[in-house]
Amino acid sequence: MVFLWAFLIGGLICVIGQIMFDVFKLSPGHTLSTLVVVGAILGGLGIYDNLIDFAGAGATVPITSFGNSLVGGAMDEAEQHGLIGVVTGMFKMTSSGITSAIIFGMIGALLFKPKG
Amino acid sequence: MTKKNNNLSKQQKEYQTFEKQRETKRPVVKNCIKAFLIGGSICTIGQAISTFYMYYFNFTEQTVGNPTVATLIFITMLLTGFGVYDHIAQVAGAGTAVPVTGFGNAVISAAIEHRTEGYVLGVGGNMFKLAGSVILFGVFSSFVIALIKTILMQWGGF
Repeated sequence: MVFLWAFLIGGLICVIGQIMFDVFKLSPGHTLSTLVVVGAILGGLGIYDNLIDFAGAGATVPITSFGNSLVGGAMDEAEQHGLIGVVTGMFKMTSSGITSAIIFGMIGALLFKPKG
Repeated sequence: MTKKNNNLSKQQKEYQTFEKQRETKRPVVKNCIKAFLIGGSICTIGQAISTFYMYYFNFTEQTVGNPTVATLIFITMLLTGFGVYDHIAQVAGAGTAVPVTGFGNAVISAAIEHRTEGYVLGVGGNMFKLAGSVILFGVFSSFVIALIKTILMQWGGF
């Protein structure tokens, strides 16, 4: 069942992105930045976690979850250490996305030659 | 947009309306369906990976996002390197850009593309050329939100 919801919710978030591309004529950079900010706001309001419970990877795979986990990590640490935790905990939960992008980016650059 | 238009001469304005008429209409509905199907499929693959990690490595539903994202970016590296990702992205539009694979592709394709300029200035300097804005606005907005929330919770008693 969670597979169906992952498909529907994940697809729906992509449609929102596509509408921002086509109807509002935003560049991919603007679209993705906006979606991350929206994810961060939803995370701050505590809505995004419910969406993850409901849709699983449909909510964790789109880029909106990046904003959500940035807020999540910051809040997690802030509950223990107060305001300074906002800075120290920021990348606590998102480290995998950034780290793997850097590592696989480097490996990709070592292995593959540019095409075209 | 309006501010820009004020400085244009008459010919430039005429050209703009002419350009607007000639611009090919984007097939919005068709693009949305493609984005929905391909984006949904990527999330379903992500769900399959998540289920695998939850079943074999004891992750919970909230934490399983991390290894899933890493695995998807690994797959993206292979697809980008072999030149498959561009073909999918051309059809899917936002369907491949919005999932985290789009973030991975932006980083990895920039890294591969600029390796001819050397590893330090080329790969290192350009890796986050496209993905940097996502990180910047993500981190900055999260910082503001978390700051407000912490202050509200500590001094507001929520």
